[in-house]
Amino acid sequence: MLSTLLQVDALPFDKPGLDYYALLPELILVGTVVVLALFDAVKLERARPAMPAIAGLGLLASLIPLATMAADGEVWSMLGGAYVVDSLALVLKGLFIVSAYVVVLLSTNYMAEGDYWESEYYTLLVCSVLGMTVMASSRDLIGIFVALELLSIPAYMLAAWRKGDERSNEAGMKYYLMGVFASAILLYGLSLAYGLGGSTLLSEVGRRFAELGTEGVPLVTLALLFVIIGFGFKVSAVPFHQWAPDTYEGAPTPVTAFLAVLSKGAGFVALIMVTYFGFVTRSDVIEPAFFVLSVSSMTVGNLIALRQTNLIRMLAYSGIAQAGFMLAPFAVAGADPTASIQATVTYLVIYAAMNLGAFAVVIAITRRTRSAEIEDLGGLFSYMPGLAVAMTLFLASLIGIPPLGGWFAKFGVFAVLVDADTGIGWATAIFMAVNTAVAAYYYLKVARAMWFDDLPAGADTSPVRTPATLTFAVGVTVVATLVFGVLPQVLSNLTDFSSLAQGG
Amino acid sequence: MTDFLNDWGLILVTFVPLLGGLVMMAVPKDSEDTHKAIALVASGVSLVLTVLLMIDFDYDQAGTLQFVVDKEWIPLINSGFILGLDGISLPLLALTVLVVPLVVVYSWNHIPEPGNAKAFLALILLLETGMVGSFVAQDLILFFVFFEVVLLPMFFMIGVWGGPDRKYASIKFFLYTLFGSALMIVSFLALYFLSAEQTFDMRVLSELGGLDIARTSQILIFGGMFMGFGIKVPMFPFHTWLPDAHTQAPTQGSVILAAVLLKLGTYGFVRIALPFLPEGAQWWAPIIAVLAVIGIIYGALGCLAQTDMKRLIAFSSVAHMGFVMLGIATLTDFGINAAIFGMVAHGLITGMLFFLAGSVKERYHTLEIKRLGGLLVQAPRMGWIMGLCAMASLGLPGLAGFWGEFPAILAAYQPAEMLNETLFRVLMVIAALGTVLAAGYLLWLYQRTAMGTPTEEFAADPEITDVKFTEWVSWTPLLILIVVLGFLPSLIFDVTNPAATTVALAATGG
Repeated sequence: MLSTLLQVDALPFDKPGLDYYALLPELILVGTVVVLALFDAVKLERARPAMPAIAGLGLLASLIPLATMAADGEVWSMLGGAYVVDSLALVLKGLFIVSAYVVVLLSTNYMAEGDYWESEYYTLLVCSVLGMTVMASSRDLIGIFVALELLSIPAYMLAAWRKGDERSNEAGMKYYLMGVFASAILLYGLSLAYGLGGSTLLSEVGRRFAELGTEGVPLVTLALLFVIIGFGFKVSAVPFHQWAPDTYEGAPTPVTAFLAVLSKGAGFVALIMVTYFGFVTRSDVIEPAFFVLSVSSMTVGNLIALRQTNLIRMLAYSGIAQAGFMLAPFAVAGADPTASIQATVTYLVIYAAMNLGAFAVVIAITRRTRSAEIEDLGGLFSYMPGLAVAMTLFLASLIGIPPLGGWFAKFGVFAVLVDADTGIGWATAIFMAVNTAVAAYYYLKVARAMWFDDLPAGADTSPVRTPATLTFAVGVTVVATLVFGVLPQVLSNLTDFSSLAQGG
Repeated sequence: MTDFLNDWGLILVTFVPLLGGLVMMAVPKDSEDTHKAIALVASGVSLVLTVLLMIDFDYDQAGTLQFVVDKEWIPLINSGFILGLDGISLPLLALTVLVVPLVVVYSWNHIPEPGNAKAFLALILLLETGMVGSFVAQDLILFFVFFEVVLLPMFFMIGVWGGPDRKYASIKFFLYTLFGSALMIVSFLALYFLSAEQTFDMRVLSELGGLDIARTSQILIFGGMFMGFGIKVPMFPFHTWLPDAHTQAPTQGSVILAAVLLKLGTYGFVRIALPFLPEGAQWWAPIIAVLAVIGIIYGALGCLAQTDMKRLIAFSSVAHMGFVMLGIATLTDFGINAAIFGMVAHGLITGMLFFLAGSVKERYHTLEIKRLGGLLVQAPRMGWIMGLCAMASLGLPGLAGFWGEFPAILAAYQPAEMLNETLFRVLMVIAALGTVLAAGYLLWLYQRTAMGTPTEEFAADPEITDVKFTEWVSWTPLLILIVVLGFLPSLIFDVTNPAATTVALAATGG
């Protein structure tokens, strides 16, 4: 082992070859961050109204090179395979950037109307998205860790953005402490992986793990478990989920949407990278671990969600349960890695559409109700029918009812589990089927309040104008949710990673 | 014309109602008459197209799929947009597209509390698309999608426009069904991955007939489907959602639920479970038969104990669907023919009974049997219609109900050869006793509500009028069909027989 390290040291220094075309999306995001920071510094308060527009345009601009690269269909590999832009990376980057754009839409009026620092908000937001796009391309332990910190640290601050509010401070603090704690564990796991694998390249680590055979089981297990635990915090999987509900409730709602969709998505991307590009060779170790993580997440998340009376807390727990569904393909990672990746990524994309949509509606509704308590939603259908119908669509999609996107997401996961034909696969599938029915109860509780219940006493039902940005966000997410459900081929073409080379 | 029907017939029948619903979205909420007109036109177009399809249908080839639409949909999982019509689908499709316009007509001046014709009718149209789609889909995933589309509209229909306990009833309905369908989709996937050819195409799966799938696997997969379809039917012991849902649903919801939704379950057994998994079907058949007969007796006893007219009719559905399931469980062509006839007959008769219950409720503001009485005195025409339906429901020869029950019982005398003859003959006797009970509870219901003199509280109530115009329009077609099918059962048996024979052959591995 030591000799390998020495060998690495002995290598001559090579100037890293960078392909600037492949890095263009990241470069544009960096540029956006710089412009946002400078604009704020020069114009001071007068910069505020322009900030969301600049952030939004920067995000949209970075989609252009993504599209052209997708059209080229090539694979760009840099830094000796540590940074790869392939179809998987492109889809994930697209997902992050589009979702971030929706979050900007959600934030525009929310931030402008509340007493918030606006300029810094957008700067940090784009910074965090930059970390996510880097994550999507990293195939290297150090790259993944750097990306994780880059995306997490701005998010810690964003969670505490409502400065005068104790709950928001609590949210930020909890998220920060838990996040740092998880990072430490993760780092320990990564160092063990490096020690055993002799390289920071995932493919190399995976190859060495496979060679270790049975003798290395205890150490390999320890390394993998630590890594999984570290990312488990990020994706709020049970039993590492405790921070999520408090943070979600305390943070400003657009930030909650950001954490629930993008930050969680980034955690999953990291898990995908380490699992399928590295550790998949030791499926004997990771499959049981992910089975426990997945099943406990969906079950515990659902059971606690049943008792929630606050819509945002309910969405937080439902997000934990959904994370369990997304983790399910990992429990059969060894059987058909490409199909498993595809199932999880498809789920991520659809989850982003429907969950962002749900948060968009929550933001629009709370402009009127001033509360996210489910009982305060009573009679919503009578005075805000459009939003009530949109929310119902998102809830139905989260349950998994065709022809809304959610069904195809669940279907893909079921397909992978059943196809694997292993004990773990079948068990997970059955758990998931039962949990799907359980989850329906609390999603429908919301629909029930909106449609069946009477207006709460003394409620003010004078019409409130929903800002155009918010309406647009709801519209985009509704269309995406419907299209993914009715024509799933649109999505499954994008997430077809059969050409991908993974596991070394 | 034929070309047009071949290419577009089924697509239009399925999606015109949905289109109507979308158009309604664009019309303001206040113009209720426009909404009613759009709903009637949309469901009417579906009906007319179905009639055209029935005229063009080749009855000599009723066993094969006709008007097939086969388009690419999700190539990734080999799932296509495949629609088709054969002798099993045709009667059920006809039933669906007939019932929905009648329900719309009935809604003309019966929009239940709290009003909002726009949402109410749009949901009915959405329901129609789901139901029609389920009956014509020839791809498992497509079938599943349509099967699920039905859930939400019905949930809202019960929950928003239902009775006092509507919240409980609607969520119970939803959770039961969803639980079943989650297991069902796992079964579909298992079928996909284990069968000799990886496809969701029902035509291919039917031909394969469980080829290469081990017996144990077939039994397990059938079990998953059994949960999905059995809950929908509903079979004892999964029936408990039904009385609640029926009682709380608005009249229109009850009618659609009874006339069409329950048939999705039995149709699933006939179309999917039996032919695709013969060995599984043979293992499960005795269990299904026993549960069906328990359902017959239990449903009948439940009826005798009811004090609410609507709840009584709901329990009678459990009993009637028991006969249908018994017919299916025999795995013979005779039994399956009886089952399909039973589905249609039950749809017509019970749908009609729920219409009546709704109209009684509208006049008396109660359905409590002991407070009712003397309907024949106060509203003689309605009283006679109710008498006809009660007779039809108890299986009086000459009316449609007879041909659903009697052949099913008869089929149990001679089940498929691999099944235990003694068991089925014992079940036959018990099921026959069930018809006696049915006569008991229906005649008793009729006696208590229609005969005698009106109770004091309603004796001089001016609101109690006889059958009104919209009621005549929506009821006459059903009544005519109940009588006509009673005299000419071959109208349906001729259509279903070729397809039913194919299913029976496939299920018995012939």
